[in-house]
Amino acid sequence: MEPVSNKLRALDAARWRIAVSLTVAMTLVYVGFILLIAYGKPLLATIIVPGLSLGILLGALVILAAWILIVIYVYWANQHYDTAIASIRRDSGPR
Amino acid sequence: MQPNFVAMGGFVLFIGLSLVITWMAARRTRSAEHFYAAGRSITGVQNGLALAGDYMSAASFLGIAGLVALSGFDGLIYSIGFLVGWPVVMFLIAEPLRNLGKYTFTDVVAFRLKQGPVRVASAFGGLAVISFYLIAQMVGAGNLIRLLFGLSYETAVVIVGIVMLAYVLFGGMLATTWVQIVKAVLLLGGAFLLAMLVLVQFAMNPLALFAEASRQYGEAVLAPGRLVSDPLDAMSLGIALMFGTAGLPHILMRFYTVPDAKTARVSVAIATAVIGAFYLLTFILGFGAMVLVGQDAIRAVDAGGNMAAPLLAEVVGGQAFLGFIAAVAFATILAVVAGLTLAGAATLSHDIWVSVIRGGHASEREQLVVARGATVLLALASIALGIVFKGQNVAYMVGLAFAIAASANFPALILSIFWRNFTTRGAQASMLVGTASTLLLIYLSPTIQIDILKQPTAWFPLRNPGLVTIPLSFVVGIVVSLLAPEPEAARRFHEVEQRIHFGE
Repeated sequence: MEPVSNKLRALDAARWRIAVSLTVAMTLVYVGFILLIAYGKPLLATIIVPGLSLGILLGALVILAAWILIVIYVYWANQHYDTAIASIRRDSGPR
Repeated sequence: MQPNFVAMGGFVLFIGLSLVITWMAARRTRSAEHFYAAGRSITGVQNGLALAGDYMSAASFLGIAGLVALSGFDGLIYSIGFLVGWPVVMFLIAEPLRNLGKYTFTDVVAFRLKQGPVRVASAFGGLAVISFYLIAQMVGAGNLIRLLFGLSYETAVVIVGIVMLAYVLFGGMLATTWVQIVKAVLLLGGAFLLAMLVLVQFAMNPLALFAEASRQYGEAVLAPGRLVSDPLDAMSLGIALMFGTAGLPHILMRFYTVPDAKTARVSVAIATAVIGAFYLLTFILGFGAMVLVGQDAIRAVDAGGNMAAPLLAEVVGGQAFLGFIAAVAFATILAVVAGLTLAGAATLSHDIWVSVIRGGHASEREQLVVARGATVLLALASIALGIVFKGQNVAYMVGLAFAIAASANFPALILSIFWRNFTTRGAQASMLVGTASTLLLIYLSPTIQIDILKQPTAWFPLRNPGLVTIPLSFVVGIVVSLLAPEPEAARRFHEVEQRIHFGE
């Protein structure tokens, strides 16, 4: 197996950056939510409209955030990553 | 509750259906590749549904609906925690895992390390996770059958064990995949229908339902309450739930049933969408049960609230609907137990027997025989454990399984994929310390010491040890690797880098 090409190394770094940033984003959203539950109980108890507390709204938004981050990743992977991999495969000839 | 013949009919119908699927799959299960990985023939959407099916266990459907019904907002913390693990799986694990492994996640950890030692160490963690998860499902199943059919708890556990054994044994991964798909669709459909029947009474407006709940039980049900009294406890449970998903052997195993990394990506996206939708429905089911069934009525049937969803079904849809929901709940447990058993069998036969004892040389025939033997062993063990752990809290047990998964498997998996200088000893140390420290701290926690052993105090303050054991496992893996470098493993890292992107 030949050593890893520069092109692949750059792509690897890009994938790693995206993966880590998105993971950190998810962690911040979720840990923030947990911290609010732990230390901001009165705030989350605020009623926005009858039947909807800030806590329930934010909870639903955390689920929404998870979906959005996944969509961002899938979009990036389908648009950029897959094309880049295909082009590197072509460069290195039939494997 | 009286034995319910409509529910029984639904149950028997589903078992029959799943056995037919198994029989059809059995005719196609000819090799180890079929048994463990369904011949790598599953599509992205199918695998997404199967992943969702594996994940939406008794704890999700019965446990969370019950928690929300009894304690309002606090129950939602579990719903959300169970979901946020999926993006982590997607970003860090899914595609590298598919490209680097063959049947189990241990293949990935062991890829450039010394096979034997890594596999033995990882078997401990894997089997510990599977055991806790199995116990939770068996306990849930036992209680449900006892409550609905009037059978004894022990009989119920034995029945679940035997049926599960039958279809794992003969059908393998292809059968459990199809059973999971059928189940995921039924569960989502059933939950959706139930939620709609609830919302019809509130002009299709969830907020009107929540408002009615707060009118009846006070605004406190819409706010964080006493379930998370200690901030560190909440954090620890949250972290364990978030990173545990990426270390569950039976979930990770599903990435080998698809042909390539792109399909693995699609399947995580589908699974996250389905599971997220399902957990949003639990908001409505939980508050619906609180308002329409009433907390006292739910508690009267089961103190843990586990029967909230079935009771709600009876109130809004009558006996037939109760039967349907009950059958779906059984199917859920049965299918998850089957998936877990299969993952356990893969660990015992593929990781231990074939790779370690036989040095990687075993005929297809022998592999299948050993895998089936391991399945029988695990089924007997899970029946026994289910009976021993009668009366345990289902959601809590699952939380512990997540803590072990996040501490034993997740750090070693991440380090082996992304860190050049990770070594065999580092992997062994990380997995063994992760497993042992989690089990030890669970034993020293208030739940075991105060609640079960009736001691006045506990040595360790947190009910879920994830906050301590996950970082510990990472640190141990890194320190041990740095102390004794393994040049061969570092040299072969470029193979990992290559295969992460290109696969085989």
